[in-house]
Amino acid sequence: MRFSPNSVWANKMDLKCNGVEFDMDVAVVGAGHAGCEAALACSRLGLETVVFTVSVDSIALMPCNPNIGGSSKGHLVRELDAMGGEMGKNIDKTFIQSKMLNTSKGPAVHSLRAQADKKDYSVEMRKVLESQEHLTIKQAEVCELLWEEIPSDSKEGTFEKRVTGVKTQTGAVYHAKAVVLCTGVYLNSRCLTGESIVYTGPNGLQAATHLSDSLRAAGINLRRFKTGTPARMDGKTIDFSKMEEQKGDERIVPFSFSTDPDSIQKEQVSCWLTHTNKKTHDIIRANLDRSPIYAGIIEGTGPRYCPSIEDKVVKFAEKESHQVFIEPEGLYTDEMYVDGMSSSLPEDVQLAMYRTVPGLENCKIVRNAYAIEYDCINAKDLYPHLEFKMIKGLFAGGQFNGSSGYEEAAAQGFVAGVNAAMEILGKEFLVLKRSESYIGVLIDDLVTKDNREPYRMMTSRAEYRLLLRQDNADLRLRKYGHKVGLVSDEIYSGVLKKQEMINTEIDRLKEIMLGAGKDVCSYLESMGSSPLSTATSLASLLCRPELDYEKLKPLDPERPDLPKDVIEQVQIEIRYEGYIKRQEKQVREQERLEVKLIPEDIDYDDVSSLRLEARQHLKDFRPVSVGQASRISGVSPADISVLLVYLEKLNRKNLKND
Amino acid sequence: MSEVNSSTIAAISTALSESGIGIIRVSGPDAVSVCSNILFDAKGNKVLDSMDASTFRHLYVRDGEESVDECIVLLYRAPHSYTGEDIVEIQCHGGIFLLKKVLDLVIKNGAVHAMPGEFTRRAFLNGKMDLAQAEAVMDLISSRSEAALRASRDQMSGRVSDVIKDLRAKLLYETAYIESAIDDPEHYDLTGYDNHIEEVVKDVSGVIKNLIGSYDSGRFVREGIDTCIAGRPNSGKSSLLNLLTGQDRAIVSDIPGTTRDTIEEYVRLDEILLKLTDTAGIRKTDDPIESIGTRKAMDAASGADLILFMIDASDLLTTDDMEIFSSVYTGKCIIILNKADKTLKIKPKDIYEHFRYSADASLQELSEEEFFDRYPCIIMSASGGQGLDDLKRCIKKLFMSGRINSSSEVVITGLRHKELLMQADESLSNVLECISSGMETDIYTVDLYDAYRSLGLIIGEEIGDDLANEIFSKFCMGK
Repeated sequence: MRFSPNSVWANKMDLKCNGVEFDMDVAVVGAGHAGCEAALACSRLGLETVVFTVSVDSIALMPCNPNIGGSSKGHLVRELDAMGGEMGKNIDKTFIQSKMLNTSKGPAVHSLRAQADKKDYSVEMRKVLESQEHLTIKQAEVCELLWEEIPSDSKEGTFEKRVTGVKTQTGAVYHAKAVVLCTGVYLNSRCLTGESIVYTGPNGLQAATHLSDSLRAAGINLRRFKTGTPARMDGKTIDFSKMEEQKGDERIVPFSFSTDPDSIQKEQVSCWLTHTNKKTHDIIRANLDRSPIYAGIIEGTGPRYCPSIEDKVVKFAEKESHQVFIEPEGLYTDEMYVDGMSSSLPEDVQLAMYRTVPGLENCKIVRNAYAIEYDCINAKDLYPHLEFKMIKGLFAGGQFNGSSGYEEAAAQGFVAGVNAAMEILGKEFLVLKRSESYIGVLIDDLVTKDNREPYRMMTSRAEYRLLLRQDNADLRLRKYGHKVGLVSDEIYSGVLKKQEMINTEIDRLKEIMLGAGKDVCSYLESMGSSPLSTATSLASLLCRPELDYEKLKPLDPERPDLPKDVIEQVQIEIRYEGYIKRQEKQVREQERLEVKLIPEDIDYDDVSSLRLEARQHLKDFRPVSVGQASRISGVSPADISVLLVYLEKLNRKNLKND
Repeated sequence: MSEVNSSTIAAISTALSESGIGIIRVSGPDAVSVCSNILFDAKGNKVLDSMDASTFRHLYVRDGEESVDECIVLLYRAPHSYTGEDIVEIQCHGGIFLLKKVLDLVIKNGAVHAMPGEFTRRAFLNGKMDLAQAEAVMDLISSRSEAALRASRDQMSGRVSDVIKDLRAKLLYETAYIESAIDDPEHYDLTGYDNHIEEVVKDVSGVIKNLIGSYDSGRFVREGIDTCIAGRPNSGKSSLLNLLTGQDRAIVSDIPGTTRDTIEEYVRLDEILLKLTDTAGIRKTDDPIESIGTRKAMDAASGADLILFMIDASDLLTTDDMEIFSSVYTGKCIIILNKADKTLKIKPKDIYEHFRYSADASLQELSEEEFFDRYPCIIMSASGGQGLDDLKRCIKKLFMSGRINSSSEVVITGLRHKELLMQADESLSNVLECISSGMETDIYTVDLYDAYRSLGLIIGEEIGDDLANEIFSKFCMGK
């Protein structure tokens, strides 16, 4: 066979290209937020792992916003931490401001967000990777995916693809049992600032220009997405006196369940709030024809939830002003991130537009804003455990799957990494349910919905969000971390003990009844609460909005001494019991469909009563369970009924044949 | 016990006509407890729980204090039943009104409307039917669902579906605002928003309650007997419409041909709902507009379940009258000799004598009694109101004897719509309760969105990514 640089078959004939060869268990392509979690998970489980990056100096780089967490994203980080991920610990080490968002709302939507020192974040993560046993860091561009066709286990006479490793640009071959693709925004990427286009990844880093062809040759479909980032300003040229100061919380709450809160209380830096105005918008409108998006140069689909300032001005034309947050990029630099004004307008327009904003009149731009376009997959080609349906051993996580955001990436990278390990170790895959985690919602949405834009986590996407609080992520998910081997016995037994203390205390509070005595009533009145007319349990008193656990202390002399986090859970569980119970009931109902699995080789053409539309969608997505099928758009409850009957028919046929 | 069904379902399982009895079936784990709230023995005791499996009893259906019907109740215990679940079968007296009422009671007590083909599906999944029937079961489910969906769309009047769309838009907007404020608390503020939501929810809930009320009076769903008022110009058709509806719906004048188009209105005669169509007068004419009206009138008359054929009895019979009769006599037809307040120039005998020769030969064989049994004749004054009771009695008799009928699919659809409206309203009352008990805003958006979902099911709309789309299109988010 003739050599051709993009032919997989040619490479299979030519494996020992430059003579450098390694045998690994797992190869992780990319060392961003997804790649780091994937590589750490695999190596921590004892598998020989190599992680590739185009630049070792850009490990865990934050090329866009300088923060971790935020509404619902903070939940992802806590969940990841509960299962043994690294992101929470790393931000606890490197944050420079921290804030609990939504504290005026219910506990389910409280969410942590921390400003990071970007350099510190990257360096600290690099240290963790470097000190990790079984983990090799390699600076190289992976150009080719190596795979072979083997006789199928499930269907006799057919073949299936199995991954065998990767090859770098220099020709080195890394044999691997599993490959995890975490290529982020680097595949065939190009950055656009007005008419200027450079073919690089973010921050001028080298793009990966060969791997896309190799993936296509393996039968993987790719598509184009885009995203963008605002300019970075020289802080010395900003007049902060014209802006409103945004301080961090007085008492800092850590992301990680393993971080001692007392150890991280520190001096914090501020962010600053300012606004765009009519002048800003006029300049943007006058120059729209020079925006690569409005001029039609950008072909990729951008996210609607973080629109560029051009988009905001066009789509929300009635708004005369938009908020702009000025955020430090770190303690090591004067550079400031201009949150709220991402753009792909030309440099001259950018300068003019930014300078209309109060406080930025004399600003100097260090880095221009730009839009970036890149190749990614449609995650419907993945199983819920993030392995490609068509290539065994090939896993994927992060922005490559069509998501957006550091936290979304890290969560998927972790799950992809863990499942690559589970496959090699012959253990059960880690698939989180929608009813037990935001990570489950994130991945289920990615592999089940027809996502047309980079996917961002939002609290409204989690239908059971009252159960999925950031405060109980450990109670929900430590068990899975322990099961896969990334959470120690000691930590796990601590969680079990905590759960027991919570249950015992809730029971106790429900049992203790207070009579409508004079002392009790006058105390309640002194707390601004109405007196009792009949015997009432402590638990019911705890439900009164004006009371809390602490305030009930004088009425509850026999109360045990409990840790703060236990008390917090007791309070929430009792107060929201009615709502929590209702969601739990819904979960149980849906669960009946979730556990009904659909055989992989199901032939939907054989289910003649399915409506045509439903059949096409089912063929396209090939859901693993009836529950997943029920969430595919275009599949009606009647189609699900038909499917259930069909599965029962198959089931009985098989019983007969046995 | 079934692996996939935790709900208890109910449906009317006999045809909705005026047959002697009608059967309501309730199946599922809570079938017995649901039904025991409405079924009592003669002394008013709950007895369902103590009934032996596979036996029957004579019981009474009660709605609180009110006695609704007496019935025979059959009890089957899982797995020895059609579906393999507990089944309570209530055999009560027939009649659409009564069956609907009993089904309504069962639903109110915790059962849900069965999806199309669901009894059969459960029977199959619980091993009650053999493998060979699987295909048939699947076909049944899909064909019935299609039919139900079509009925749901067909039966919804454009006005009602516009109202529902409008309510949904409000709920979606408010949900999206709150969600935007949760996801982007630095851009959107919820301070004081509870008061606003309370107002919106009360507003929406008020409209829903009206819809539920109007369901009961039949205006919500286009069900009922398609009744057409036909006759020569100025025979008093519009006067009859106004008399029946009790309002000046149609313009009445002495000028023949005043009604140029068809007019529709709903009228309830106790449990019977009439969808009345007033038509333009039918006559040979050279006026192009009037002749369009005449053609429409003939179309409406030929497609109707019941024709009220108006004859101006103060005048002599004309060839137009004969023409009309010859085109409607194959349907159910009541002949009304109108203008009884004036001197009657036509008597029923004249009708018999003339009409039986104006259509096909079989009519000539009929005796006068037989003729009027088939074509009842009422003498009345539509403008004065005399004879109205006779007309009502006559229509009821025809309906009760099963000689006119309305489609059962339509009734079921109507009941389903009402159930969904009630669900939506319950979600909204949860919102109000949540606000009054001082719960945080994010807790009740779930209910707000549930109400949105229930309303969507009425007009057959899936939810999909509605919320995310609304957030992104109405609210400017993030970075």
